[in-house]
Amino acid sequence: MLTLPKILFAYFAVMILGLAGAAVTRRNPVHAVLLVLAMFLHMAGIYLTLGAEFLAAVQMIVYAGAILVLYLFVVFLVDLRREVQSERFVDWHSNSFLVALLLFLALAYGVGRAQVEVPDATAPAGVLHLGVELFTTYLLPFEIAGIVLLVAVVGGMALARRDRAATTAEEEVR
Amino acid sequence: MVPLSWYLLLAAALFAIGLYGFLTRRNMIVMFLCIELMLNGANLNLVALSHYLQDLRGQIFTFFVIAVAAAEAAIGLGIMLALFRNRRSVYSDSITSLKE
Amino acid sequence: MPLYLVLLPLAPLLSFLLTLLSGKWMGSRAHRLPILAASISLGCALAAGWDVAHGVVTDADFYTWITAGDLQVSFGFLVDQLTAAMLIVVTSISLLVHIYSVGYMQGDPSYPRFFAYLSLFTFSMLMLVLGNNFLQLFFGWEAVGLSSYLLIGFWHQKKSAADAGKKAFIVNRFGDFGLSLGIMLVFVTFGTLHYQEVFQAAPGIVGQQFTLLGLTFELPTLIALLLFCGAVGKSAMIPLHVWLPDAMEGPTPVSALIHAATMVTAGVFLVARCNPLFELSSVALNVITVVGAVTCLFAATIALVQTDIKRVVAYSTVSQLSYMFVACGVGAYSAGIFHLFTHAYFKALLFLGCGSVIHAMGGEQDVRSMGGLKKYLPITYWTFLLASLSISGAPGLAGFFSKDEILLMAYTTNIGSGRFAWFIGLVVAFITAFYSFRLFFLTFHGRFRGSTEQRDHLHESPPVMTVPLILLAVGAVTAGWLGSPEILGGHSMWDHFMAPVLGRAEAHVPHFTEWLLMGISVFAGLSGIWLAYHLYVRRPELPGQLRESFSETYRWLVNKYYVDEFYVAVLVQPAINCSRYVLSAFADATLIEGVVNGVPRLIGRASGRLRRLQSGHVQHYLAAMASGAVGLLVWLYLV
Repeated sequence: MLTLPKILFAYFAVMILGLAGAAVTRRNPVHAVLLVLAMFLHMAGIYLTLGAEFLAAVQMIVYAGAILVLYLFVVFLVDLRREVQSERFVDWHSNSFLVALLLFLALAYGVGRAQVEVPDATAPAGVLHLGVELFTTYLLPFEIAGIVLLVAVVGGMALARRDRAATTAEEEVR
Repeated sequence: MVPLSWYLLLAAALFAIGLYGFLTRRNMIVMFLCIELMLNGANLNLVALSHYLQDLRGQIFTFFVIAVAAAEAAIGLGIMLALFRNRRSVYSDSITSLKE
Repeated sequence: MPLYLVLLPLAPLLSFLLTLLSGKWMGSRAHRLPILAASISLGCALAAGWDVAHGVVTDADFYTWITAGDLQVSFGFLVDQLTAAMLIVVTSISLLVHIYSVGYMQGDPSYPRFFAYLSLFTFSMLMLVLGNNFLQLFFGWEAVGLSSYLLIGFWHQKKSAADAGKKAFIVNRFGDFGLSLGIMLVFVTFGTLHYQEVFQAAPGIVGQQFTLLGLTFELPTLIALLLFCGAVGKSAMIPLHVWLPDAMEGPTPVSALIHAATMVTAGVFLVARCNPLFELSSVALNVITVVGAVTCLFAATIALVQTDIKRVVAYSTVSQLSYMFVACGVGAYSAGIFHLFTHAYFKALLFLGCGSVIHAMGGEQDVRSMGGLKKYLPITYWTFLLASLSISGAPGLAGFFSKDEILLMAYTTNIGSGRFAWFIGLVVAFITAFYSFRLFFLTFHGRFRGSTEQRDHLHESPPVMTVPLILLAVGAVTAGWLGSPEILGGHSMWDHFMAPVLGRAEAHVPHFTEWLLMGISVFAGLSGIWLAYHLYVRRPELPGQLRESFSETYRWLVNKYYVDEFYVAVLVQPAINCSRYVLSAFADATLIEGVVNGVPRLIGRASGRLRRLQSGHVQHYLAAMASGAVGLLVWLYLV
């Protein structure tokens, strides 16, 4: 029977798979990034159907807003002209398709076989409880995640920064 | 009510698409993008199960995955830039220094 | 756990390490620390003995050493009556030998090393005796073996000494192999190595069978015999006795401490300690009795004709150790340990007396060059006389009480081979008295047969050597009084003391029989002394004539029944041939070389193919990983 949640799910699912499939096959990396951006927004939508409003927001703000913009910047930094002319795929892509297909079939078989007991009682949900949990039970991991992000920021800068002294030294060696 | 298995199948499909992209694309930036797809597949699993099992831990875990994904993107793209500067290329088949 | 128990083995261990490290710097003062350590140990041993005498038996784990599944091994101390007696023997003799060595080893270039090894030995022996489980016993067992090896080969520049050390070590391997198998079997059977737990569970294994390679054994018999294997090696019983006489290559104080008083008695200690296991098997007890009796006679007869002063005493040690095993075999463990106790004093005294003689003679060990030393070495003479009387069983001295008790027990036991052992023991008592006094008369009486140079050099040893002799002589006289039997007005104190650990074997015979047996053995001993006096003092030409008329027997005895030659022909030479022609020529040159060269060639060829897998493309690696994940999932579904 066709109900509203099912219609919504069908819409999001079709869009997500279509956008993802298009993203991995487009030649132009800018198009790929933009397709993935659209896909992430649909992911946020599907999170909403699962009652995860906070994660939907995070998905939009962090993934779509921050991470993908970072991707776009990097794509612009590299040589685009040669990119659009060159071959998209490595020359063994048919084998890879087989591997991915097999993995999907194996996972799907597992899903079909799995029997998940759905509990009757409804546990407290929503942003309020998520926040309480995050800042009580998971306070320590939360802080550690903060440190990981800080390290990543410092590390990313250290890697991407053009180190003049090092480059000149390398050139001298050559 | 949408059955749980639908969500799980969607997640598996997304993961497989990401894997396919990672295995086949030459451009390393796009390969990174495919990793994000796979991560999203895994996240969808977690959130769906969290909803159906009435357990907030799945959402919290997803939250941490997103945080780590952000860190990973920052570092990965930094590496990408350094690589491009040194090699003038972001094609995976032209970088085979793992062999040496 | 009382502090002194920790200090007891720790003091010699520290002294060993410090002396070894600071040897160069300490030089001729190197004896100070070891003597201090030995004194501390003696004090602690006396404290332990005092506690035990007042009924305090300690059995405590100190530190868990190994935990692997069911196997729990700890360093722990068990101090009961048996341990206390052993502790006092070991520490007191050790201290006296330490002091004696100050004089005997004076001027030796490796003086500090000698004292370090003595400390190591004391530590190892204490660990052996103190342990409350089989593995600690085994640790001590191997550690005393090591220190014995180091000390026999102390003068390693001398080839014979180095060879003797190796021989002792290798021969002991045979016994230790059996012992380790025995310990493993104990663990497999009982699931623990702690003495108390094993002995409590021991009666439960009676009648159980153990099948190995299609052969079926009685479990208690197998365990007992395997443990006895270790004792045979360490205590130099037939057929593994060959190492002990050669061990005399070591310095004489070492012979006194290790190869007479303490280490070689570890086998007797082992049997006595495990008496609840041995009691379960009459086969094993009979084997012990027969091996003991045969070795007893065997070693005593060889001692008759030896001319090296230390070798005579060495064979006498083998024969006296056999007495102890006979005692254990007939179930009189307390008598065996009693003989161990008295023997330690008079045999250490004999060895140290020999050392004093050798010292005076400038290293000469052949009795044929001695004689008439009485007036040069008065203190050595008198103490040696007391020791010889004691070993011959002269009434009132230590050896008399212990030997007599063993013979009585052998006579009255219900073990099948008891009477046989009693008869042999009696004959050996006679022979023992004879050869001991032969040695005594040849050394101290008659006229001096050495060179004039040696005669001018003769001198009594310094006090640092004679004082230990005198103290040991006191022990050789009085040690036996602890166990004087009721018919002589004593209270069998020793037996009562040992009863909680070793049980109490009562001799149910009328007093008349007891008197008679005692009379016979005293008569045997005294007639031996008389014969020696007759042959070597009154009619010195007679031994030569006897040698002529029994030349064949004499040849067998002098060559120690050709046992060494037999082993060389049957074991050593085939081993050498096997090594040379099979192992070296075939196995090493063809097999091992072939494998050694072939494997790299194979690997080279295989890796040439494998190398192509390593393309350097990340995606190849990830594809392999994803295929692996698929494979894992499939496997998961199938299982």
